[in-house]
Amino acid sequence: MGKLREVEILLNQTQKVRFERAMERLQSLSSTTNNSVIVADSIPFNHDEAFLKGHGTSLVDGELLTTVCGVVNHVDKLVYVRTLRARYKPEVGDIVLLRYSFVAQRQSRWRVDLNSTQDGLLKLSSMNMPDAVQKRNTSVDELNMRNILAEDDVVCAQVGESQRDGSLLARSNKYGKLHKGQLLKVDPYLVRRSNLHFHFIESLGIDLILVRNGFIWVGEHTQSNDPMVVDDEIISSKTRQSILRIGNAIRVLSTLGFTLTLAVIMETFDLSNMENVQIHDMLGSEFHVWSQRGKLKEEHVHSKKNVKALI
Amino acid sequence: MEYVNPEGLRLDGRRFNEMRQIVAEVGVVSKADGSAVFEMGNTKVIAAVYGPREIQNKSLQKKDDHALVLCEYSMAQFSTGDRRRQKFDRRSTELSLVIRQTMEACILTELLPHSQIDIFLQVLQADGGTRSACINAATLALADAGIPMRDLAVSCSAGYLNSTPLLDLNYVEDSAGGADVTVGILPKLDKVTLLQMDAKLPMETFKTVFALASEGCKAIAERIREVLQENTKQLEYRRAA
Repeated sequence: MGKLREVEILLNQTQKVRFERAMERLQSLSSTTNNSVIVADSIPFNHDEAFLKGHGTSLVDGELLTTVCGVVNHVDKLVYVRTLRARYKPEVGDIVLLRYSFVAQRQSRWRVDLNSTQDGLLKLSSMNMPDAVQKRNTSVDELNMRNILAEDDVVCAQVGESQRDGSLLARSNKYGKLHKGQLLKVDPYLVRRSNLHFHFIESLGIDLILVRNGFIWVGEHTQSNDPMVVDDEIISSKTRQSILRIGNAIRVLSTLGFTLTLAVIMETFDLSNMENVQIHDMLGSEFHVWSQRGKLKEEHVHSKKNVKALI
Repeated sequence: MEYVNPEGLRLDGRRFNEMRQIVAEVGVVSKADGSAVFEMGNTKVIAAVYGPREIQNKSLQKKDDHALVLCEYSMAQFSTGDRRRQKFDRRSTELSLVIRQTMEACILTELLPHSQIDIFLQVLQADGGTRSACINAATLALADAGIPMRDLAVSCSAGYLNSTPLLDLNYVEDSAGGADVTVGILPKLDKVTLLQMDAKLPMETFKTVFALASEGCKAIAERIREVLQENTKQLEYRRAA
């Protein structure tokens, strides 16, 4: 039985039974091909063909061994192991969310936390300034760095090159600094790579940003073109509740280990609204069991559709 | 005192080559990148791995293009019969070093330059064989965290009492004054990463005891593999669903 991670959930006996039954049925519905491997498993390969060793493999004494737990993938001639719970591996051009660790003023850059093996660096010159004027940064600007972005601020940026000592440089995106919302941390493998990172939920007026490094931003929609100008209005209570509800839906889904997409999150959100679950109750055990059964129903419908297509 | 009675049964009813019951679980500490609980009989250990992450203390970084592995072993004050007064004493420092060296040998540190891997081990119940349980728990936690390793490091202890080699000593047998051999191996690569012994043994006896401990290690490796496989499968099912 998989262990539930993020929240310490104590399922009582009936909940455990329903949970396990739902898990078993989910498993039977999912595809049966199972390529999961663990550390030091040998990967069978064809000795005659040439192949490339990718991540997670190593050649020892003519045998190909895995170095991590995960799923083996064959893409053309490349054999690699996709890890499940590892930290984010930054790739150039990815959009990521950053949280500021500290300001390294002498080199005029900020140290940022990317949920990766190392911290990233954001240079002062790559931040969009308030008046959108491209100018060289004077020493006054350097001293005022903390006014622009201080510790624990969240920024949306794009990954730039990696330096020789391994740290990354990031470029600030047009979305820049993010206000009025919450940042959630989930396992990076739960977010799939896609072109669309920013989702605007019109019915609630909420921005949802899902990025590959495992940070998720849920906040009030910002229409302002200039992200540096701080809007001092107080968010309405209704919007706040929606933000929290979506935040909790994401927390529940990441605890259960399901992939996070906009559709799934909205479904869980609707489920909680329909059943009139209190926001703080969403993190309780009962709602976890419900959302799992909800997922099961959706999978059932999905698989039935597939069957119909085959006939 | 009789540790092995004439029928060949030990104090807890085991035979000389029987191990204690193993219970292993992965993913118990939510904040950690990887974590595990490992129980061998009454000995219970929890391991939490953080990393690879940014190096916190640059002065500790010795090798520039390798990851820094830090290990901390501590026993909870309620883990032994009498409440322990100090959490960190010389034994804890020695064990931290030993376990760190064992794990460093099996982690592929050259793949993660400029980063730090923290392994925290806490003994919750101590009934002999804590260092073996710690190494096994650390292996599970590292695999859970997705840190690349050469192989699974497993460890087991064996001793020699009443002229019989005994596998997996518990606390009473350990304090009897006979030899205690702790072995750590990499099962797939068939290499030894840890070998410790206290007290003296003649060479031939040592070979028997060492062989017995290695067998025990292989059995633990099987169990660890089962747990990891089950865990990986579960995660993959849920993610793909």
